[in-house]
Amino acid sequence: MTPDFSKLPQIIDRYPKNSESLIAVLQDIQKEYHYLPSETLKETAKALDVPLSKVFSVSTFYNAFSLYPRGEKVIRICVGTTCHIRGAKVIQQQLEDRLKIKAGQTTPDLKYTLEVVNCVGACAMAPVVIVNDKYYGSVKVSDSKKLMRRG
Amino acid sequence: MPVQTPQQLNDLQKQYLADEEKFARKVLVCCGPGCLASGAANVVEEFKKLLKKKRIQNFSVEALKETGCHGLCEQGPLVVIEPQGIFYTKVKAKHVEKIIETSIRKDEVVTNLLYTDPKTNQTIERYADISFYSHQHRIALRHLGKISQYDIRDYIAQGGYQALAKALTKMKPDEIIDEVTKSGLRGRGGAGFLAGRKWATCRKAEEQPHYVICNGDEGDPGAFMDRAIMEGDPHSVLEGMIICARAVGSNDGYIYVREEYPLAVQNLQLAIDQATEYGFLGENILGTGFSFNIKVSRGGGAFVCGESSALMKSVAGEVGEPRAKYVRSVLKGLFDKPTVLNNVESFANVPVIINEGGEKFASLGTPKSTGTKAFSLVGKVRNTGLIEVPMGTTLREIIYDIGGGIQNDRPFKAVQTGGPSGGCLPESKLDLPVDFDTLTEAGSMMGSGGMIVVDDRTCVVDLAKYFLGFLVDESCGKCTPCREGLYQLHRLAVKISEGEATEEDLIKMEKLSEMIIIGSLCGLGKSGPNPFLSTIQYFRDEYLAHIREKRCPAGVCRALIRYDVIAEKCDGCMACIETCAVHAITGKKGEVHVIDQDKCDKCGACYAVCNRDAIKVT
Repeated sequence: MTPDFSKLPQIIDRYPKNSESLIAVLQDIQKEYHYLPSETLKETAKALDVPLSKVFSVSTFYNAFSLYPRGEKVIRICVGTTCHIRGAKVIQQQLEDRLKIKAGQTTPDLKYTLEVVNCVGACAMAPVVIVNDKYYGSVKVSDSKKLMRRG
Repeated sequence: MPVQTPQQLNDLQKQYLADEEKFARKVLVCCGPGCLASGAANVVEEFKKLLKKKRIQNFSVEALKETGCHGLCEQGPLVVIEPQGIFYTKVKAKHVEKIIETSIRKDEVVTNLLYTDPKTNQTIERYADISFYSHQHRIALRHLGKISQYDIRDYIAQGGYQALAKALTKMKPDEIIDEVTKSGLRGRGGAGFLAGRKWATCRKAEEQPHYVICNGDEGDPGAFMDRAIMEGDPHSVLEGMIICARAVGSNDGYIYVREEYPLAVQNLQLAIDQATEYGFLGENILGTGFSFNIKVSRGGGAFVCGESSALMKSVAGEVGEPRAKYVRSVLKGLFDKPTVLNNVESFANVPVIINEGGEKFASLGTPKSTGTKAFSLVGKVRNTGLIEVPMGTTLREIIYDIGGGIQNDRPFKAVQTGGPSGGCLPESKLDLPVDFDTLTEAGSMMGSGGMIVVDDRTCVVDLAKYFLGFLVDESCGKCTPCREGLYQLHRLAVKISEGEATEEDLIKMEKLSEMIIIGSLCGLGKSGPNPFLSTIQYFRDEYLAHIREKRCPAGVCRALIRYDVIAEKCDGCMACIETCAVHAITGKKGEVHVIDQDKCDKCGACYAVCNRDAIKVT
């Protein structure tokens, strides 16, 4: 399925047309489509007058960007230090086993994407899992099924 | 209607204070990161819903404030009733009606929502009496939990932008810099460079224009002080930046915020819009002819962008790779122009220094590390949360008096400070005063303020492996010692955790560390081996147990442990069977369960879920 690119010009128009705007434009594209479709990278390069190689380099350097489609539900496990020592690994393992994918992957039916994130700054509530931008704190190992239904 | 004179600002402050005094009570609901994760948004909604329906004398929904982080996140969601200072913990939507009827309509207390002191088991009514708060001294966090995070009027009522008015109308730029120099303020991001000296260098730089950047790329995992300030008290950061801009002669500023902090971006943008409307930002600030604008620049989720030169590249829309700093960024920074870069907490301190004088700030703390420092106290302590103490406070005071000791009375093992660039300190170092220099001498560092306490169930080899893995992922790859060196160091740490290493590998790791420190381009690589070096310094025995005895004393490293059911304790409740994702546990209800070692992937889920301590790890 090809995404609808009609919103792309509006996104690009939010920012001045120069290379300084590159990251902000890519972030807004990522927000709209949940990933960076290759067509949008080409359009961005043209509109901002930046070489496509640079657009590619920026979009692969930062963790915020994904070049592949992501699932309906994005489950992000915080693996910051505090979450790590309070058992984030066990929760990650549980979710990986249940979804049969590794962190960073999306299920073939595009229902779930599982990601890890380096600290979301809610350390006092560790371990933290974020389902579609909603935070769940003090997550227990037995919560993994519940988390999959959330969001 | 922009504010044109200091007098107008004073009038506004009086007016906003009077507006607040119309209400007999103030309800402060914490909407910080921790409380939101435990459901504070539902509490706010319920308050709004009920307060719209109810009629209470001298009170209205306007006296309900959504504030930044109160600090004691572990007990959240938190609700404070002022002026009495009643402190309610673990508040759920269902408690709201009771709170309104008891503490707002009447002058009474809902006892079952009060904080219970873990040491004495007694309930405490007022937050000022809780030891978590009574041992603190708040400067950078002064407004957190006290004012609405969305409303500039609350900030002005508390004396906000008075320091700006003073700096702009009563002080010359050099006097501002003198005051900051006198305060002894050192950069709170971790490097600890003297802010006054940095500002003076930038002011003198001939090349134009000058830029001011606020570093809000709080990348250290385990630290959230800056997030809390940006979200809960954004105006104090803006005010600090504007004062700095005036001092160094800059008209353009940026705040670089991690993309993992969407709420911080939102609140800062809101604060910038409000400050512009009031005439504290934009053209002709306070009628003085001085102009300054601030843009929020969102990061892309790269740890290395906390490094100054990488951050400046990222602001410019490029890949965040550091450069060799033969010329410092204060002279050749953003777009190769002179740039002052300070972190969020540093800027938040500036208005207080200007208002109360540098000497007063310098009278706190130690001679070389003045003032206070905010920490996120997390991990296996009882009271996890956000704190601020004078520099020089000992680790023991922080962990035991404020933190309330270790959860479940387990033994203290180490405290990790400084994030991936820092290190672990053992019990013998607990009486060290916390300041920039002492912790560095002890092999760790103060860093930006993450303080992670671990108990005997945390394996230091695993912790070192964790940080090294983190750094391998986050190394930008530009220079070889960091890119390849950390990769090899991590590989050897994995080998130890799997029981495959020899003592020779430890020697290799120590040599490799030395090379990485000497050869790396930026701070990420130069401090990269610290998590290994500090743990091997204090916990060599634990490394040797993994190598010689193929044993993980903390019961963490998967290749060296096994889980078994203790038959005498197991009551056959099925909890572990339901949790096990690889179906390695068998048994019927009421019968002793058995773990199939061939299927078990050692994830530890059964151990975590068992209520009867019937699973052992060996």
